[in-house]
Amino acid sequence: MNYLDQFRDKEVVKGLAQRIGALTKGLGKPLTFMEVCGTHTMAIYQYGLRSLLPPEVRLISGPGCPVCVTPNGYLDRAVALSRLPDLIIASFGDMLRVPGSSSSLMEERAKGADIRVVYSPLDAVQIAVRNPGKRVVFLGVGFETTAPTIAGSILTANAQGVGNYFVLASHKTMPQPMAILSADPELSVDGYICPAHVSAIIGADAYRFLCRQYRVPCVVTGFEPTDVMQGVEMLVRQALSGESRVEIQYSRVVRWEGNAKAQAILAEVFTPFDAQWRGIGTLPGSGLRIAEPYRGYDAELAIPVDVEPLKEHKGCLCGEILKGKVSPFDCPLFGKNCTPECPVGACMVSSEGTCAAAFKYQF
Amino acid sequence: MCVGVPMQVTSIEGDQAMTEVDGVRREANLMLLDQEVRVGDFVIVHAGFAISKLDEEDARETLSMMREMFTPEDMG
Repeated sequence: MNYLDQFRDKEVVKGLAQRIGALTKGLGKPLTFMEVCGTHTMAIYQYGLRSLLPPEVRLISGPGCPVCVTPNGYLDRAVALSRLPDLIIASFGDMLRVPGSSSSLMEERAKGADIRVVYSPLDAVQIAVRNPGKRVVFLGVGFETTAPTIAGSILTANAQGVGNYFVLASHKTMPQPMAILSADPELSVDGYICPAHVSAIIGADAYRFLCRQYRVPCVVTGFEPTDVMQGVEMLVRQALSGESRVEIQYSRVVRWEGNAKAQAILAEVFTPFDAQWRGIGTLPGSGLRIAEPYRGYDAELAIPVDVEPLKEHKGCLCGEILKGKVSPFDCPLFGKNCTPECPVGACMVSSEGTCAAAFKYQF
Repeated sequence: MCVGVPMQVTSIEGDQAMTEVDGVRREANLMLLDQEVRVGDFVIVHAGFAISKLDEEDARETLSMMREMFTPEDMG
């Protein structure tokens, strides 16, 4: 036990809920706040925070699960690579069960492909060192929290002269989709619960343009239940007083300017490009691909492979769910054709997808 | 995927630290950090890297703010 466990204190959570209830009592139109990080989505379901909030506060989930927003075409390429001889795929666990157009990495592994789950991209570099006769491709998926760790693995491989390590990079950056969602009149978001660890890297300053351009309050919030409740209270106070500022609830970790060293490493190894988001489409400058000096590590360029034609999953509402427009319970597949054991869409596969969280804690 | 665990640094050797919380030990690479870290500090560990230092004094302040009692203004 350590004192940080106090951020899960039930009594504190209840006290904050009471404060929010008192602040919003009698409010005619409910306030809608969106969280844009899958770890927040999980915390809100896991601790039942919605049930503690008054009807005047509505929480919706946005495109915060990196596995969920990864388009089918990426998975199809990973599947095609896994079928090549003398090639090892290394990945975080979440990617394995996501269905591509006709297969998943899990299915390929069952058929004999060498696919390994690692905890850190540095483990994947070690696999490359220990298997000099094979090519090792790491599936680089994730937002600004994870992208620096992949950049770190490329710099490490470069420093150690490891020539058989590659990255299939599909990193995405958070502020761009938030701008798109803020401009969507159907959604009318009254405030953002901004991501915790993405913000540790990019800094809270990165959200100022949202407050300026769209007059929407932003609170950088931690992942513990007391953090989320306090973040909601801060958003309520801003909304009620008609303010739109960036505030940092998670000030024990996040600074206004972020982590300068991680930002410099990101800028050295990656370059922005127009990335495709499942459900949202292509957003200018919203992705990171490997920059020129490190192109030799880019699996897409270094290892050409035929990828099957793209096929989307019929009836799946992942796209609308990722935009916060419909809830998992509105999807005709949810809980029937699409379950965690046999998922159709990415939102059900990833442990932090909105559908998976809704199925596990509310179905 | 962005989960990061607050862990306490128990030893440092070059860019590599050993960290521990509640009896769980994990290595954490320090190459991404722009703040100086000493043994005893808490860092947020994500995918084998320390991505940020945790300010303990700030954590205690946040906790005490959360525990603040209702004030008449809150009931406004």
